[in-house]
Amino acid sequence: MQIDKDLVAASATPLVLAILADGESYGYALLKRVRDLSGGEFEWTDGMLYPLLHRLHRLGYVTTEWRVPPEGRRRKYYALTDEGGAALAEHQRQWVTVARTLGEAWRGHDPLPLLLGNA
Amino acid sequence: MDDVEHEIARWRAHVGQGPAIDGRDVDELEDHLRGQMADLGSAGLSADESFLIAVTRLGSLDDLAREFAREHRDRLWKQLVLADTADDVSSGGRTWPEALGFAVLAAIAVQVARLLSDFPEGDSTWLVRNASLLVLPFLAGWFVRRRRLGLRPALVAAVPFVVAALVVNLFPWSPDSNTELLVAAHLPVVLWFAVAWPYTGGDLRSDGRRMDFVRFTGEWVIYYALIALGGGVLMGLTVGILEPAGVDVEAVMLWVLPSGAAGAVVVAGWLVESKQQVVENMAPVLTMVFTPLFAVMLAVAAVVYAVTGLGGAFDRELLGIFDLLLIVVLGLVLYGMSARDPAESAGWADRIQLVAVVSALALDVMVLGAMVARIGELGFTPNRTAALGLNLVLLVNLAVAGWLSTLFLRGRTTFDRVERWQTTYLPVFAGWAALVVVALPPLFGFA
Repeated sequence: MQIDKDLVAASATPLVLAILADGESYGYALLKRVRDLSGGEFEWTDGMLYPLLHRLHRLGYVTTEWRVPPEGRRRKYYALTDEGGAALAEHQRQWVTVARTLGEAWRGHDPLPLLLGNA
Repeated sequence: MDDVEHEIARWRAHVGQGPAIDGRDVDELEDHLRGQMADLGSAGLSADESFLIAVTRLGSLDDLAREFAREHRDRLWKQLVLADTADDVSSGGRTWPEALGFAVLAAIAVQVARLLSDFPEGDSTWLVRNASLLVLPFLAGWFVRRRRLGLRPALVAAVPFVVAALVVNLFPWSPDSNTELLVAAHLPVVLWFAVAWPYTGGDLRSDGRRMDFVRFTGEWVIYYALIALGGGVLMGLTVGILEPAGVDVEAVMLWVLPSGAAGAVVVAGWLVESKQQVVENMAPVLTMVFTPLFAVMLAVAAVVYAVTGLGGAFDRELLGIFDLLLIVVLGLVLYGMSARDPAESAGWADRIQLVAVVSALALDVMVLGAMVARIGELGFTPNRTAALGLNLVLLVNLAVAGWLSTLFLRGRTTFDRVERWQTTYLPVFAGWAALVVVALPPLFGFA
């Protein structure tokens, strides 16, 4: 299943913020985590992650730091700020509302059989 | 393996060409590339294969460059791409005839107006009042062409100029009118903001575009000053050479000087647009040199006037100088902001800027105090009203800017907030200047 581009774009910010809420991380690890979480269904063009991260930094949602980890290469780490946490909470509120609304609207024509049919 | 290293180096060079992607971003992307390659390698792929796949997953370079460009406008600016498409840049050499055309038109407009008003023998207030109306429409017009705006946006761009022309020329000014001089001083500001509309391609809502315009204004001032300097030397030498030969130098000057000053407005705009790299190295240096100097000067002035009091020395002339000083400081602060990398954390330059802002704020409070006392004593006049309004507008701006900068220095807010305050406040300046032009003269009976 290919997830719609707009949907991916809209969910990218809360997704990244949520992953960073579990602790600091860096670009490639973030991306792997997204793949794991979505079971590979959530394909990003890898490069697009970076402009997004830079935007989060500009907005003050994350701090950045260049560090050399024990295994060698210099790497840029991102960590969530309090403001980023607040933004994440706000995103969560909005997504829960969206999901609940869709759930209400879809009651009656239950999508579950369709999903199972595909699986 | 060496082959792959070679490939990575080539890839790095290629990615780094994107105007909005800087060296550190390439480092970050390379780290990503190598992380992906290592994972693919451990899954059994060869180094070449994993390189290919990793590069493909990063996405096409064009898309990547565009996404970076969207986030990092400030960097784009340095590479002079801005709203233009790539082919426009490559044909950059051919933009000058159009700019020159508009510059010549501005010069002709000024000369025609000069001849019509019989300057300098006749009554020159008409010319003074209309001076900015003779020049800035051509700068706006040039931007309309350059941004390839359609007919409707072009007409919208013309509206403020038409309204201004009507207002300025239909008001029944009384002789030696003070409000008329105030209008002459405020109209250029209003019209400059009117240029912002075509400059930003009609997108005045975005903070990023507003900051672009601030940046443009700063660079334009620098270029204009440079042209004026060169022009001054040229004029001086011309006079020196022609005068002994018995040529009527004054007549020559009357033709050359206004034409040059008017044409240079458009030419400076063109230079900012197309020769960005030249100023781009100079601008941060200039702000870095002058912000501390102004900060020291302002701090000293604030202390001196706080000790001696403003009352005795305060008169109309001093008030004018104070206002000019405050405006220059604000311009410096704004321009320094636009030249700054927003991602950087607070440094010494921000501290110095805060000193300048706080000192300017202190001076402004003193000026306001003196002015309110004077108005209480002698009542409102057009000049006092205009000055009071300007100082209030500046006071609010400086107070909030100082407060936000303090928060920023303490790490309690982001630079983005500080910057956004200034961009949101820009319409207030434009609005106040427009109010002085439109509302003040009828309020005081055009006196």
